[in-house]
Amino acid sequence: MSNELHLDRFEVRLSGLGGQGILTLGRIMGQALALDPGYEVAQTQSYGPEARGGASRCDLVVSTGKISYPKTISLDLLVALSQEACNKYFGDLKSKGFLLVDTSLVSQTPTNIFWGLPFTTMAQKLGLVQTTNIVALGALTHFIPFMRATSVRKSLKEILPLKIVDINLKAFNAGLNRAKKEYPEAPEKWKFS
Amino acid sequence: MAARSRRNKTTEIFALGNEAVVEGALIAGGTFYAGYPITPSTEIAEEMSSRLPHLRGGVFIQMEDEIAGLGAVIGASLAGRKAMTATSGPGFSLMQEHIGYACITEVPLVLVNVMRAGPSTGMPTNPAQADVQQARWGTHGDHPIIVLSASDVQECLRLTVTAFNYAEKYRTPVILLLDEVTAHTREKISLPDPEDINIYSRLTPSMPPEWYMPYEDNMRGVAAMPPLGAGYRYHVTGLIHDDHGYPTSKPREVEHIMHRLFRKIDQFFYDIQIVDETQCEDAETCIIAYGCVARSAELAVQQARERGVRAGLLKLKTLFPFPRPAVEKMLRQCSSVVVPEMNMGQMSREIKRVNNGQSKILTLNRVDGQIITPGQILSKILKG
Repeated sequence: MSNELHLDRFEVRLSGLGGQGILTLGRIMGQALALDPGYEVAQTQSYGPEARGGASRCDLVVSTGKISYPKTISLDLLVALSQEACNKYFGDLKSKGFLLVDTSLVSQTPTNIFWGLPFTTMAQKLGLVQTTNIVALGALTHFIPFMRATSVRKSLKEILPLKIVDINLKAFNAGLNRAKKEYPEAPEKWKFS
Repeated sequence: MAARSRRNKTTEIFALGNEAVVEGALIAGGTFYAGYPITPSTEIAEEMSSRLPHLRGGVFIQMEDEIAGLGAVIGASLAGRKAMTATSGPGFSLMQEHIGYACITEVPLVLVNVMRAGPSTGMPTNPAQADVQQARWGTHGDHPIIVLSASDVQECLRLTVTAFNYAEKYRTPVILLLDEVTAHTREKISLPDPEDINIYSRLTPSMPPEWYMPYEDNMRGVAAMPPLGAGYRYHVTGLIHDDHGYPTSKPREVEHIMHRLFRKIDQFFYDIQIVDETQCEDAETCIIAYGCVARSAELAVQQARERGVRAGLLKLKTLFPFPRPAVEKMLRQCSSVVVPEMNMGQMSREIKRVNNGQSKILTLNRVDGQIITPGQILSKILKG
């Protein structure tokens, strides 16, 4: 663990609409961070009673040491895949926290300092709009410096059903490469406490 | 199904609280599950339905409702299986009658109740801790019962094993209370080697069938229990019964069975007390919490210590029989005790009952379907 970053409660919120795959995204990300580099991860979720539509969110707390309180307190990173989620949760972001939005669904951001990629449009171009969450996962792998692409791919293969793994790996790479191309310096902007 | 990775010889998985309950049940030797899925306990039924059929003798049944679910569990347990069910508030209310039946017929079983907000249908996806007194006193009649409460994913696994052990050891239903936050938190847990874990199974009779008395008293107050169909013939009834299992209303025999039911739990009181003390040695303010709120309290204690307040945390894992000795110790030692809970004061009532004016008890109640935050507990500690 000596070559790993020391983290004290790094908090991420993934938010959007029910049906966008927010919880799956959080689960793949959580497993990639927990099992491979061995961080402590607490992933909690909050969703409405509806299967589709309604607000959905998934919170991750990543830490080097044991995590006591499993929910988030103030966010280091907010990922918003809907306008509603962006408006609702922007206030929970730390002053030095980052915002990542899906520009195909979020047209008005509360600040002009944000990272944005059209995840939904990219997923449609790949031929399967359901892969939006995995495109976002690819981008997140670039934006979060301690998340390794190899462990994310591994966790993705373990969690998703076999028949959709290929298209999702394609989506993952698309997200990762696009983020690398448009925001090459993003990972260096973090200041870890 | 949660994925595994091998590290330092123990298997680690990234699992939900509900999935950890299933792992615990399977380690404890559970082979039977019957129930009716209900949010937020659904993952237990889901995971059981995919795991049990692959086990030797494993049976999963989805029943028509919760009443039938617990009924099937009682039947399976009488037939010698280690059986469990899981539910949430509305289903728990339906199960109450059968809990009483299991108490009087002394059938070992494990019932997991994942608490959600509100009376009736309430808020299915929001947490609460409002079934605490229902778990203790929900079924009618005087009865002893064991109620446990888990606060993180690893504890879900451990306490499920413990719940099965207590059920088998004392021939009683054991209720494990989780809340929506604990059940729906994913964390990394390590699966213990089954060989490192103490697994207790009920004693079966060693005498010939014609000598067997199903409810005979002995030192422990717990009679041996044969699986139905093994040649031992006996009568199971919800009526108050004598040592042979047949209905009785003779005052002496009624008093005898009722006293024995209480004695079998009471005389092993100290075996059933599970609490966790964090920084309690020099504490002046103690937080007494259980379930997910105990995790908020843990962070609040840390933050209070950083501000120079000597705070400590007593986490209750056994809720009933009420861990009176551990609580009384903190009441004697501390000038104030904070009891945060997501109900209108179901556990603080118990704590006040044993307080006798020794300490100042501050309650912190939240019933809006959200978890109590560390900040709320901290300000209660600081402002009193």
